Amino acid sequence: MKTCVYIDHFQGEAVQASWEALGAAREFGETAAIVLGSGMDGLVKAAFEFGADEVLVVDDASLADFRPETYASTLSAILADASPALVLLPGTSRTREVAAMSAMDLNSGVLTDATGLELDGDSVIATRPIYEGKLFEKTVCAAQPQFVTLRARAFARPTPQAGRGGSVKNYPVAGQALTTVEGYAASESGVSLADAGVIVSGGRGVSNNPSLGLDEAATARKGFELIGELAGVLGGAVGASRAVVDAGYIPYAHQVGQTGKVVSPDLYIAAGISGAIQHIVGIRSAKLVVAINKDAEAPIFQAARYGVVGDLFTFIPALTAAFKKKLGK
Amino acid sequence: MKIITCIKQVPDSEAKVTAQDGQVSWGESPLVINPFDEYAVEAALQQKDNGDATVTALCIGPESAKEALKHALAMGADEAILVSDPALENLDSQGAARVLAAAIQKIGDGRLVIFGRQTLDNGAGVTAAQTARVLGWPLLSFTGKIELGGESVKVERVIEEGRQTVSAQLPAVMSVIQNIGEPRYPSFMGIRKASKATIPVWTLADLGIAAPPTVVHRRELMNPPTRSAQCEIITGDSPEAIAETLVEKILAEKVL
Repeated sequence: MKTCVYIDHFQGEAVQASWEALGAAREFGETAAIVLGSGMDGLVKAAFEFGADEVLVVDDASLADFRPETYASTLSAILADASPALVLLPGTSRTREVAAMSAMDLNSGVLTDATGLELDGDSVIATRPIYEGKLFEKTVCAAQPQFVTLRARAFARPTPQAGRGGSVKNYPVAGQALTTVEGYAASESGVSLADAGVIVSGGRGVSNNPSLGLDEAATARKGFELIGELAGVLGGAVGASRAVVDAGYIPYAHQVGQTGKVVSPDLYIAAGISGAIQHIVGIRSAKLVVAINKDAEAPIFQAARYGVVGDLFTFIPALTAAFKKKLGK
Repeated sequence: MKIITCIKQVPDSEAKVTAQDGQVSWGESPLVINPFDEYAVEAALQQKDNGDATVTALCIGPESAKEALKHALAMGADEAILVSDPALENLDSQGAARVLAAAIQKIGDGRLVIFGRQTLDNGAGVTAAQTARVLGWPLLSFTGKIELGGESVKVERVIEEGRQTVSAQLPAVMSVIQNIGEPRYPSFMGIRKASKATIPVWTLADLGIAAPPTVVHRRELMNPPTRSAQCEIITGDSPEAIAETLVEKILAEKVL
């Protein structure tokens, strides 16, 4: 089955899940990568190294800023020419728009956030979480090309082969941009929860600890400092529950859960998080969940494999030290 | 200026949702306005607070979805419209976009269409983009801050990599995120007004379109795999001892 894979990037920096999508596509046979942007030589090279047989490229200064209207029109024009049965995209804010719009252009449909794919004749069946992860569905798109966005970290990333190459085909830009990007500020934290292999998250227990004799804001600063140190030792990211985000103790970009990010790390450590259902649904696909909470009755323990009943302000530093020792850092 | 907010009715987020005989069941839990759509209504009402705007809430659903529209009216929306037709039972997001676009055209002179970032049920989060595509209007997604000019709008978007300032000419479609601000509670007066409101119901014939084809089909519905292992509480004489045991257990799981 001929498959195209859309390589998503931000200002030329590839989203790692793009390579996961390439790996998934290769299971189905012949794979063409689609690279749209400005100054794309590096991405084209990387696409071959990660397994593309062919790369379909639009390299044009007018695509320097991602704008959904032109990216979608350009993608639709390429797909009309290449006529693949399937288009795989890494699931990001951009690909949701591009896939959604291009599917309209081509009278097809989009399946988002797939955690599994299986072949059924000349179509794929995608498994995807619905109702905040409380249920899963197997779903198909009856028209072609079928657009499927993949959840980050749900598919294995192939090992790149240096020097691997193939044929490149260039296309022109299509469509009209309808928006103007006037400014950009990098997120203060550089946090990317979707890509993180390890996440250490803090909740209300981080700010609410009267025994320290500090006000809540100072307590939260101290708590997230400890959490940050543990995350640092594990090469992971810092997450948070809605309660501490709403209280303003940490930016929204860190929020895990139904109203924040749905995450799939290998290890998720929840510190001082009680475990409201909205948080639990956000961590359902974590491989291993560890909970630390003062309250032995906290619902988070029902979602965890290992639990520690205790004060995170004394336990997290001990855990950080133990990891340092074991991992030889 | 006319602002249209597109809302949906979904099971409450506290509901225990399960698959039963291939159907979605939410037990006795109530159906509510999609929580993300409350931010869309809030965003529209903020613009109304700032100046001369009217807010129309638009929903596709069965007759019972009027309750979600009444919530929007109680929050302060000026009018509400339900699109309901037996032919829309298996609507997918592509179809929903076509129906919403037709309804937005029929409402007429809408300058801004606001969606929540996704629904709690399907959760695909693509309908705003697809509606914008059908209308041929610019899309401003994941918007946390809105600055309306006369004929243009400037927004702050929050994406994975940071914050972006993006502008577009009106009319435009946007989806909003929580940074908009907490949705206001319906006032007592609002609730009274909403309970008396007549909500027009438009059919596909009223919109002058045929039922859009359904291209996305569900083959199977499944409950999530249950976690097999119970939680093991690690104990020990000191935080250090507990930490050491926990680290050994974690490393033995070979996830790192």
